[in-house]
Amino acid sequence: MPYDIDAVRDFDPRRFREESPFKIHGGCGLMGICDESGSLMGGEIAIRALAIQHDRGNGLGGGFAGYGIYPEFADHFCFHMMYADTAARQNAEEVLGRFFAVDLAEPMPTRAVKGIDDAPLLWRYFLRPDADKLHAGDESAEDFVVHAVMLINGTVDGAFVASSGKNMGAFKGVGYPEEIAHYYRLEEYSAHTWVGHNRFPTNTPGWWGGAHPFTLLDWSIVHNGEISSYGINSRYLEAFGYKCTLGTDTEVAAYLFDLMLRRHKLPLELACKALASPLWTEIDRMPEDEQALLRSLRAVYGPGMLNGPFAIVLGFNGGMVALNDRIKLRPLVAARTGSVLMVASEESAIRAVMPEPDRVWMPKAGEPTIARVSGMDWPIHGDLHLSPSALSCAVTGTEFSCAEETVEVS
Amino acid sequence: MPQTLIQPEFKVDIDYDKCHKCGRCVQQCGWGVYAFNERPLPDDAKCRACHRCVTYCPAHCITIKKNDLAMKTNDNWSDAARKSIWKQAETGGVLLTGMGNDKPYQSIFDHLVLDACQVTNPSIDPLREPMELRTYLGRKPDSVSVESDGDGGYRLAEGAGMTNNVELATPIIFSPMSYGSVSLNVHKSLAMAATRLGTLMNTGEGGLHADLYPYAGNVIVQVASGRFGVDPEYLNRGAAIEIKVGQGAKPGIGGHLPGEKIDRQVSSTRMIPQGTDAISPAPHHDIYSIEDLRQLIYSLKEASGYKPVGVKIAAVHNVAAIASGIVRAGADYVYLDGFRGGTGAAPQVIRDNIGIPVEIAVAVVDQRLRDEGIRNQASIIAAGSIRSSADVAKAIALGADVVAIGSATLMALGCHMCQGCHTGCCSWGLTTQKPELTRRVDPEWGAERLVNLVSAWSHEVQEILGALGVNAVESLRGSRERLRAIGLDEQTCRILGVKPAGM
Repeated sequence: MPYDIDAVRDFDPRRFREESPFKIHGGCGLMGICDESGSLMGGEIAIRALAIQHDRGNGLGGGFAGYGIYPEFADHFCFHMMYADTAARQNAEEVLGRFFAVDLAEPMPTRAVKGIDDAPLLWRYFLRPDADKLHAGDESAEDFVVHAVMLINGTVDGAFVASSGKNMGAFKGVGYPEEIAHYYRLEEYSAHTWVGHNRFPTNTPGWWGGAHPFTLLDWSIVHNGEISSYGINSRYLEAFGYKCTLGTDTEVAAYLFDLMLRRHKLPLELACKALASPLWTEIDRMPEDEQALLRSLRAVYGPGMLNGPFAIVLGFNGGMVALNDRIKLRPLVAARTGSVLMVASEESAIRAVMPEPDRVWMPKAGEPTIARVSGMDWPIHGDLHLSPSALSCAVTGTEFSCAEETVEVS
Repeated sequence: MPQTLIQPEFKVDIDYDKCHKCGRCVQQCGWGVYAFNERPLPDDAKCRACHRCVTYCPAHCITIKKNDLAMKTNDNWSDAARKSIWKQAETGGVLLTGMGNDKPYQSIFDHLVLDACQVTNPSIDPLREPMELRTYLGRKPDSVSVESDGDGGYRLAEGAGMTNNVELATPIIFSPMSYGSVSLNVHKSLAMAATRLGTLMNTGEGGLHADLYPYAGNVIVQVASGRFGVDPEYLNRGAAIEIKVGQGAKPGIGGHLPGEKIDRQVSSTRMIPQGTDAISPAPHHDIYSIEDLRQLIYSLKEASGYKPVGVKIAAVHNVAAIASGIVRAGADYVYLDGFRGGTGAAPQVIRDNIGIPVEIAVAVVDQRLRDEGIRNQASIIAAGSIRSSADVAKAIALGADVVAIGSATLMALGCHMCQGCHTGCCSWGLTTQKPELTRRVDPEWGAERLVNLVSAWSHEVQEILGALGVNAVESLRGSRERLRAIGLDEQTCRILGVKPAGM
């Protein structure tokens, strides 16, 4: 392992101190837009879509992720970093230097915005994995990056990796999304896929890292809703080694996608069917082969089924997927104009961006709405082999525990 | 000397002004309480307060009262302790009893409360929305692998899906009660109800009577240490096979059905001579350890074309490790019977002092199987005093897939919990083989009452799920986040994996 594992293990988790151990309840607004032709759209589109949904949030969290925003550094891993202070930055940069060749490091371009006065130091880095270190182990570049994220989030006090993918970045913080966008100068970026989120938590988290989207490598997730099955979902994931520490529903959704897509190699459509399973009466009416498949899928992944109201948008470099709960207890509207597919919590957001779409519809409960950017790879996670606990640690920046206890029965 | 020092527990009070002198009480009582000389004359000493006579008295003139003889108060030497000593001094025998542990141990179920949705997520109305209780009993793969169907879709990869599971319409099944300990009409009632409900009854250790063959698709056939009634046809008839290792009411000891209860029907079903005592050994004499269990599990699977094979154990101290071993030995389900589980007959000292509560057992077994990554490999059945739909929901939230009910089904058929099952004199015709008593249960009537009970509880579980804001029982299963404890100590909370109320 290319880092000091003991340091990670001994770290006193403090990232999410303000948010855990209590589960955060809340509603939200969200959006996602993807041009399947791969053409780039300016950030003002994402801003407009969330600004009109202003009242779905309460000013305690807003954020965006854009894909295709750094064409001049398309093959670099881009780290968006949040620092509490300069010491944190120096410590984190020391870690980055151990893992990567840093081709560009700069403060995030921001502008002063009224009402946002508690921003952390925001920096971005364009990185290439250090060839010697990468080839010394048998890790893929993606594994290597996640290890670095994990090390920073887990051990460098006051530093947090907001995003770590290629040709993408997350822009998030505490405030209304349009304020956050203004602060980050989001209109200066262009992306083929945008996802965005307007948060309405019922407590008062003051930490910028806690806003949506949650990201790792090139995937990002935004989520509206509360998963009433959180208790069993998290216990199910724990049996596979994931550590659910954030206390947010979004985290279990992210890990369930990871489990099904990357580790169990389920196609995205079927993973969605497992997360928002059809009713048994629907399954019973399907053709025989499909019945057998769906029945097994539901029985096997039943503990992972997300029950309760939710709408989720998962973004990645190949596109995005939006998913509603199985009886559509949270709003999600979709529209298409030519090659552009858009989803949002409210149709107003769609009309604000595309006033006369070719088609507007309500995706059915549990039916994934999928946009694929032509010519881009579909696998979401690239070449990643990490253990679930490592992944959890990377995402949440909390304690890393690798103890594997086995019990013998004689 | 008096014949006994023990005074009657109850007093039978008859209001002779109202009495019709019809003699129905004399006819109804299975315990021989009543003599008749122009009017019914009760012998209080024989009364067990089963209320059969009270229920059938046309004049409503019988009242059963506690015999409130004052005894010198002593919190250490309870009345029951003193009576037990007198009884044993008179007989020199092991005290026998029926039904479950009646001692005032803390009930954990009664210290757990469920959650409900308010504002941040909506509750769901089971009267207007689907509310799914379907449950699959048996081993499931850890993941599902698929292949392209060549048409843009997917199908299960060869051998990748869930196989050999029993589909249940509700997560409530009937617990094992053998033919012999209960009457054939009780067995028929259970089998007919299970079939109508889409759930399972369980033969217990006494074999499957030929009259039940039409319902065998909804029957778990049990293989206990006595192997009564076990042959290849028996194994192949049922929906699943259960190896009974132990029972919550009497962990570590076998069964005893006295020869008087072995009539021709019981004899042919159990495959033993008429009139002989049916004594099942304490252990299976081919299971002295876990590796032996594995052999038996696979022998039964081989003999039955790989039907699900479960293992029933009593909840004892080391239940988590034992259950883990059972799952690794190949069992498709583990049946955990808590220390309040009922019985047709057990030594009182065993029933009242051995074993642990099912709430604890389910919690630790579910957690252990998860810790070891084998939770999907077996279902957990919880039993041992499931008294209401609330207990059902709480057991499921603690981690059970399915609950089994026994005492509750007998009560649905008339049982008043008088704890006299071992006597064979059950006035309600349940735990007896006397033809004049067993005919009191009409299987059609019994089945209807059992269907009513399970339907009512299922509806109530649906109401609970709706309040919790989930519409499928698998979203409650193991979801301890939806439970809170009131008045349980910290260590118990930790063992249960349940937070105290307020957290």
